[in-house]
Amino acid sequence: MTSLLPGGTSTALYDVEAVRRDFPVLTREIGGRPLVYLDNASSSHKPVQVLDAEREFVARHYSNVHRGVHTLSQEATDAYEQARATVARFIGAPDPRGVVFTKNVTEAVNLVAYSLGNAPAGSRLALGPGDEICVTEMEHHSNLVPWQLLAQRTGATLRWLPITASGPDSGRLDLTDLERLVNERTKVLAFVHQSNILGTVNPVDVLVRRAREVGALVFLDAAQSVPNLPFDVRDVGADWVGFTGHKMLGPSGVGVLWGRPELLDEMPPFMGGGSMIEVVRMEASTYAPAPERFEAGTPVISQAVALAAACDYLSGVGVDRVARYELTLTARLLDGLRAVDGVRVIGPDTTEMRGSAVSFEIDGVHPHDVGQTLDELGIAVRVGHHCAAPVCRRYGVPATARASSYLYNTVEEIDALLEGLERVKAFWSST
Amino acid sequence: MSESMYQEIILDHYRNPHHKGLRGDVSDPGVVEVHHVNPTCGDEVTLRVRLGEGPEGMTVQDVSYEGAGCSISQASTSVMTDLVIGRPVEQAMERHDAFLELMQSRGQLEPGRHDWEDVLEDGIAFAGVSRYPARVKCALLGWMAWKDATAQAAARAQ
Repeated sequence: MTSLLPGGTSTALYDVEAVRRDFPVLTREIGGRPLVYLDNASSSHKPVQVLDAEREFVARHYSNVHRGVHTLSQEATDAYEQARATVARFIGAPDPRGVVFTKNVTEAVNLVAYSLGNAPAGSRLALGPGDEICVTEMEHHSNLVPWQLLAQRTGATLRWLPITASGPDSGRLDLTDLERLVNERTKVLAFVHQSNILGTVNPVDVLVRRAREVGALVFLDAAQSVPNLPFDVRDVGADWVGFTGHKMLGPSGVGVLWGRPELLDEMPPFMGGGSMIEVVRMEASTYAPAPERFEAGTPVISQAVALAAACDYLSGVGVDRVARYELTLTARLLDGLRAVDGVRVIGPDTTEMRGSAVSFEIDGVHPHDVGQTLDELGIAVRVGHHCAAPVCRRYGVPATARASSYLYNTVEEIDALLEGLERVKAFWSST
Repeated sequence: MSESMYQEIILDHYRNPHHKGLRGDVSDPGVVEVHHVNPTCGDEVTLRVRLGEGPEGMTVQDVSYEGAGCSISQASTSVMTDLVIGRPVEQAMERHDAFLELMQSRGQLEPGRHDWEDVLEDGIAFAGVSRYPARVKCALLGWMAWKDATAQAAARAQ
């Protein structure tokens, strides 16, 4: 199978049709039309390999993990720990102990923020008045609100790197004041790798270098980048990385906090309970090292196993090939949107340092009405503020419509969306 | 396209909203202003209610608003003002309750419960919206703001 580059050149990256056959949902029709699923930045679909892996595990090997000596308990524990190792390999983590299974990225961020909040005053990880936390204006609420709460609890000050909302470089981080905003008082720099609303890919190297200069720890929200870009924790150089299963062909309910193992071992617990302990007495307890320290209670067992299957699936296709293929779809979409009168892209207008999530607005048509009208054509896009309300405010829009492609989308589907937008315009201008 | 939802009546109200624009003076004790948002989509409305004594008791003398949002939220707010302005509060609340019931019907309206068209007039055009749970909140935004403001104004008047 070949895919068309915008110039019309044919290039074989992988067999997109064969990939599509692995995803049962893609055979669905919505209102009598084939489903065109372009809401992948919100959540992706799952191939039969992932569904089968979870079903096989639950049907034949399931039990609770890290407890008991019976055969199923051992098999389940092995599968769970192998899943951890697979996920670690997928992100280039040399030591699986750095992989903590969480519910989602939101829990990963909260885990770190609450753990730091629990650090005893005076310790290296503690924050207090005079300390600073720096985020960016393009954060998903999940990488903003937990830091606001941490600042409120500790008396630390929250700062943020602004974004540009106009000009040729619209939708980028404005790094003019980087040295002022990330300074000797900064204890944590938390930022998104690839924006879910703008599509922008941020310069991780520049930001991490500045954090290192001032001794700040770095949390990288990789919810959009781990599924879509070749990702290696050794290259990005962050101290913590958060990502989630359901955006990368895996199930909902499982996410990952990766942290440097020695840093995780230094962090106080977030949630207390079973599995995270070492010695428990009535007065007080001591805690297990990472990752168990941060996995209190029965963890997300079968979801973790399915997430590992999703990692294997993506590795099989090749994330680098997925990234290059998506770029051709994104280029086609951006070119197409440029040709539609009255459409404005909210975010970078080129494929330079950008992912496949493309937000846009149509003159005079509210995003909800855009989304509803597209749904009538079987086309699924996301509408709303995408949990990044400050970005909408910066651009002066209440919401946007957003199309986001993934490895199973096709050029024809991008064209169907562009055609659909003409229908949207025609319907709403005639009203 | 979208025939079940985007009825002509709805599109008319969206194009030419009734009673739009803020009126009255918020320092007037009979006037209450509220600001409601739909946090999932960013739609918002600022709405003022003026209550006063009428021949049939406490009456909705005026409802005015400014808002930004989708066709459904804007049209529904416009229809709401038609339905409640000049009505005794009790009667207006009954209309609110009927509209709420319509929105929660998932397209399965019990015909006998009310004389729906009589009670809801243009509001009956929103019956199709009730089949789209994601949009019900849009249709209720203005109504919820009105109910909140009216309850506050009524409490103040007592």
